[in-house]
Amino acid sequence: MAEKPGKKEKIPRQSMPEQKPDVRARNFEEVPFGLPSEAAILEAQRCLQCKSPACVEGCPVGVDIPGFIALVREGKFTDAISKIWEMNALPAVCGRVCPQELQCEGKCIVGKKDQPVAIGNLERFVADYERKNRLAPMPKKAARTGKKVAVVGSGPSGLTVAGDLILKGHEVSIFEAFHKPGGVLVYGIPEFRLPKEIVFSEVEGLERQGVHLECNQVVGRSVSLDELFAQGFDAIYLGVGAGLPTLLDVPGKNLIGIMSANEYLTRSNLMKAYRFPEYDTPIIRGKNVVTLGGGNVAMDSARTALRLGADVSRIVYRRSRAELPARAAEVHHAEEEGVEFHFLAAPLEFKGNEKGRVIGMKVQQMELGEPDASGRRRPVPVEGNVYDLECDLVIIAVGAGANPLLTKSTEGLQLNKWGYIVADPVTGKTSKKGVWAGGDIVTGAATVILAMGAGRQAADSIHDYLMRGW
Amino acid sequence: MFKIVNRKEMAQGTVILNEIEAPLIANKAKPGQFVILKADETGERIPLTMANTNPEKGTITIIYMVVGKSTARFKTLKVGDSYMDVIGPLGKATDIEKVGKVVCVGGGTGVAVMHPITRANKLIGNDVTCIIGAKTKDLLILEDEMRAASHRLIVCTDDGSYGKPGFVTEALKEVLEANKDIKMCYAIGPVPMMKFVSKMTKEYNVPTIVSLNPIMVDGTGMCGGCRVTVGGETKFACVDGPEFDGHKVDYDELFSRLASYFEDEKKCMEEYCKLAEAAAKL
Repeated sequence: MAEKPGKKEKIPRQSMPEQKPDVRARNFEEVPFGLPSEAAILEAQRCLQCKSPACVEGCPVGVDIPGFIALVREGKFTDAISKIWEMNALPAVCGRVCPQELQCEGKCIVGKKDQPVAIGNLERFVADYERKNRLAPMPKKAARTGKKVAVVGSGPSGLTVAGDLILKGHEVSIFEAFHKPGGVLVYGIPEFRLPKEIVFSEVEGLERQGVHLECNQVVGRSVSLDELFAQGFDAIYLGVGAGLPTLLDVPGKNLIGIMSANEYLTRSNLMKAYRFPEYDTPIIRGKNVVTLGGGNVAMDSARTALRLGADVSRIVYRRSRAELPARAAEVHHAEEEGVEFHFLAAPLEFKGNEKGRVIGMKVQQMELGEPDASGRRRPVPVEGNVYDLECDLVIIAVGAGANPLLTKSTEGLQLNKWGYIVADPVTGKTSKKGVWAGGDIVTGAATVILAMGAGRQAADSIHDYLMRGW
Repeated sequence: MFKIVNRKEMAQGTVILNEIEAPLIANKAKPGQFVILKADETGERIPLTMANTNPEKGTITIIYMVVGKSTARFKTLKVGDSYMDVIGPLGKATDIEKVGKVVCVGGGTGVAVMHPITRANKLIGNDVTCIIGAKTKDLLILEDEMRAASHRLIVCTDDGSYGKPGFVTEALKEVLEANKDIKMCYAIGPVPMMKFVSKMTKEYNVPTIVSLNPIMVDGTGMCGGCRVTVGGETKFACVDGPEFDGHKVDYDELFSRLASYFEDEKKCMEEYCKLAEAAAKL
């Protein structure tokens, strides 16, 4: 059904009020405040309620988007959350961190001529409303099957698998290596983008449903997969994340003040080093910070550096603005907050002082050449164009690899040449009987929602296996 | 929660022993492996190599020196108190084979880590000479235990207040001179000690294993904070170690990186001491 202009006044896309850039760049509070109810209802009215909705096709977990938006339009926020929960156990998270412009909103028909319906913001609104009011009934659990499933890793894919399988009547235990659950949602994504309280609240929800959570369990070291089977688990899902930092092999790489984004963000987010010395874990508070990379992790790092007191926070990225892999909103927020971008620039060397601390770096100017295997134009050095940048902290956010801790200690688990687990793209089944895998340890570093999508598919396959033997 | 079932103060209260209930870890751990401990909600994750395990009792033992706020906080934990988090066993176990004569060199609290390795060497049938050292007599730990775990024990103190005066390297030189058939050396202690022991054993062509304790966060190979250069390659102490070929470690880089948070640690400790003083006055 097309829009009928002239019949009623066109409603503009409702924007979320947010902290002013100069204020928020110095605190760790969440940037947007969320939509007020009236704005959410107005925004919901912008939805055309398409008969064959393209937005749903764009959603990796297939949320009934027009369905929940219709309920928001009627002010039935609690019914709306129940509708979302049918397909997505973590809406408060997805509403905040999904790349909507590439998924649901990217497909929205309204977006062809106008700005698309703010699906992500509405999802977030509904989830936040429920978290504050707790009115929705818990989704119904199927009768107990007597089957036991172990989920290794409590990131987005593991939580999705646990949430799906507990509802299907299985007994579910999650094993998390860190002392707190949430995986990348907790150690990786900063508080100002995804408040940890939200993640813990989602996990608590799963625990209330009966999911058993065990932290401090480094599966592969403290217990092996075969031991888990011996303990009576009927199936195991591996959602351990990528979890191996990519470091650079250039002179000076191990100077003090050069660290992986994994370390920098884990210190700040999981260990709450931004509240040092109230929290005991320290973090280097650089005044002149360089972040290498152009993805969401790079944006998170550069923005964290500002909040930790940096005078200058620069992103040094070897391709151009058009190739930035980060979510559009993150780049926008980073720029608003004063993060400087150096495009087509690659590190050649780090320089240190007599104490072994980094004080600067040599940067090679690049230009775009022919497209590479990924289809992106490959950056090539501009001969003779090298310049210096001063810096006292360098954060390396150029991607992640496959952490071998679990995979290499498990017999019968087939890995690809990069060390990622080989899993069936539809079912998530691995080469080891009774073991499924999904998320970044299969695909390489990707998004929260893709990991959740993989979790959903694996959960369906595990259920079939447990109930029908295939 | 991980309850402390036994606690001892050593070396004039500067070194503390905790025996902790952790049955799953005790059941799995092997000599040379470490755990990460966190005292409470706001605590830091501190990696410590285990000094002992008791699978029957379901306990592990750690011995640590009080050096900063986190270990000062650990020290306040009494028998019956608990650590909020204990994670492990982490890292690779020590490679112990029957080779003949071995020498084990331990300095400071490194002696505690050396204890299970020494004992395992003796159990497997190696001839074990053990050299332990401390700055002064009062700071020496586990003398009796090390004597029992080895065939012969040489004690050194830097200031000559007990045993053989001087550094462990001097005693080691004599041992190496007198025993040309020593097949293996284990050295665990402060970085400079491991550096100079390795330098010496290299001259005598004795393979040497050292156990490193760099700054660490997760302990699972995720952050790279504990990276060390070994034979020109970057290794992660948490998953590739903590033990490495002593002749190949870049000790100067390790020593420098250990000072990454020196100022912060000092500040944190000062604030903690102020708070503790204020609390004591109340």
